[in-house]
Amino acid sequence: MTSTTAPRAAEVRGLLDPDDARPDSGGGGQISLPDLLEMLDRSGLTGRGGAGFPTSIKVRAVAGGRRRPVIVGNAMEGEPLSSKDAVLLTRNPTLVLDGLEILGRAMRCRRAILAVHEDVEAAPLTAALRGRRTELARLTGGFVAGQESAVVNQLNGGLSLPRDQARRVTECGVDGRPTLVVNAETLAHLGRIARHGPAWFRSAGTADDPGTSLLTISGAVHRPGVIEAPRGTRLRDAIAPALPIDPVAVLVGGYHGAWVPAAGLEVRLSKSALAPYGASLGAGVLHVLGAETCPLQVATRVVDYLATESARQCGPCVNGLPHLATAIRRLASGVRDDSLPLDIDRMARMVSGRGACAHPDGTARFIASTLAVFHSHVQDHLEDRCTLRGQTRP
Amino acid sequence: MTSSGLDTALWSFGRGAGLAALGLFTLSLVLGIIGRSGRSLPLIGRVGVSDLHRTAALTGTSLVAIHVGSLLIDPYAQLKAVDLLLPFLAAYRPFWLGIGTLAADLLVVLTLVSVLRTRIGPRGFRSVHWASYVLWPLALVHALGTGSDATSPWFRAFAVACVLVVVGAVWWRLAPSFPGRGWDRQPRRTA
Amino acid sequence: MHATGADTTMSTRLHIDWTRCDGHGSCVELLPDVFTTDDFGFPMPLSHEKEPVIPVRSRVAAGHAVRSCPVMALKVVGRV
Repeated sequence: MTSTTAPRAAEVRGLLDPDDARPDSGGGGQISLPDLLEMLDRSGLTGRGGAGFPTSIKVRAVAGGRRRPVIVGNAMEGEPLSSKDAVLLTRNPTLVLDGLEILGRAMRCRRAILAVHEDVEAAPLTAALRGRRTELARLTGGFVAGQESAVVNQLNGGLSLPRDQARRVTECGVDGRPTLVVNAETLAHLGRIARHGPAWFRSAGTADDPGTSLLTISGAVHRPGVIEAPRGTRLRDAIAPALPIDPVAVLVGGYHGAWVPAAGLEVRLSKSALAPYGASLGAGVLHVLGAETCPLQVATRVVDYLATESARQCGPCVNGLPHLATAIRRLASGVRDDSLPLDIDRMARMVSGRGACAHPDGTARFIASTLAVFHSHVQDHLEDRCTLRGQTRP
Repeated sequence: MTSSGLDTALWSFGRGAGLAALGLFTLSLVLGIIGRSGRSLPLIGRVGVSDLHRTAALTGTSLVAIHVGSLLIDPYAQLKAVDLLLPFLAAYRPFWLGIGTLAADLLVVLTLVSVLRTRIGPRGFRSVHWASYVLWPLALVHALGTGSDATSPWFRAFAVACVLVVVGAVWWRLAPSFPGRGWDRQPRRTA
Repeated sequence: MHATGADTTMSTRLHIDWTRCDGHGSCVELLPDVFTTDDFGFPMPLSHEKEPVIPVRSRVAAGHAVRSCPVMALKVVGRV
């Protein structure tokens, strides 16, 4: 289902609709590196994988090296609540590959690799890859496997675990070469910008955050799924096509995100507007919490999952996250211990910033948001009078 | 001093340096195990344990160099340069001396890897460093076999003391109760 | 401008490779102004920064800590 809430050029189809009117089947065409950089600068494209970094800066960081780089299209999508990359690869794989090729040619890459999770259907991809130099890498892993250095590690034949960030993949990545890892959706946007121009891209979204992005909507909704919406859309409008059922709050940004309560649904999905909630759009996950579901039950399952998915490389994370999971479970089960919120807060601060990747930080952010937004509900639990034991799958 | 007196002095000096090295390697081995356990020692702390571990090892290595050097000069020992590299070719007690050659060669590798550890990385360093558990018995056996004073009570007491200490430390290391660092360990506070 | 005790234009910091750190603790002993120990025995910057600043007076101790770490988890970063 495509959203049409923003004014767009009528003849340009949505990101999820295959564009049949392509001039050639050989790929995305040829653009020089300076032209590519100018195009990226003018369009203001930022990453759609979660970090939201300006793509032109990432390209510059890698293109400046002496060795020919490796470009990786990242469709690993480790976040369970997100399915935008999987849907994109099923519906419009050529667009992603076009974007990857444009980037690869401009940067004179040594290898171009599309990294997908092994669970993704291979058939549409192998068909789209025919005749292209791009390689398909089907990788394993869980939540942290989509992290940039984890993907690079696995492509180098190692485990799907993040690396210490001191050795940047932009300097030494796949095969020891400077490596640029770009989210699959970002590549799709790049492909579209190359075809229709930066001005077209900027015609949607906001001045600070132009273009559109894919959102995965789940939870207490009649029609979960992936939609395309302009950047800066109001949260209420973004979830509307999914037909939410009496939303109490929306988890913005997935398991490492933060809650926006029902009173705040007017908020625009932009960096500045979401900042007061401690949230950012991330990879576009919007999970709706219904009125019948206990948020602390949800939080228990989420933190349990996050603790299990730790790469188990870093002491604070491998020790701290299970501790947090236990504490939240106790809180959710109505244990009358007033020190629990303080203990949880202390432990969340303790694990933040002390790991090779952002896994503990994201977990801490989710927990802090849960305790803040559902403060009065936490009080109910401390007095063991929560009536919402309803279980819906997160 | 007569020529033979000088020779005896050299021999004793060389032998003494070798024994001192064995003592220091014993100390270094035990400190290495203590360091691995994460335990602290009074007054010197964990930093002291690792500093002393390294200093003892390096000093022992220097003493081995002196040991080998003085025996090269000493005509009684009949040591040739090739004996430093290739074992079991020596004129004097070739088997026991060959053990020493092996130990010395291993020591060179261990020292080089330690000095270059930042380039090699912790995993590579650790796998080579395990060979120090081979070095120590080689050094001991060499000392027992080549020594002209192997029957002297002082030497025997010294050797027994070294063996007891190392066996005790390794026993502790292999025990299930040996404290691991990191997530195996009980929470602790640094003093 | 005169030099003060905290010269922020030249901040040397300590980078911790958490994939290597196993809570040995030499760094906490040598740099009590920079680190404390968390509940599980791992070093925790007192400033709660990801890469804590090394005060000028602790620079020698920081170098010692880098060399002393048995798993080589520490590195000095930033301008010296």
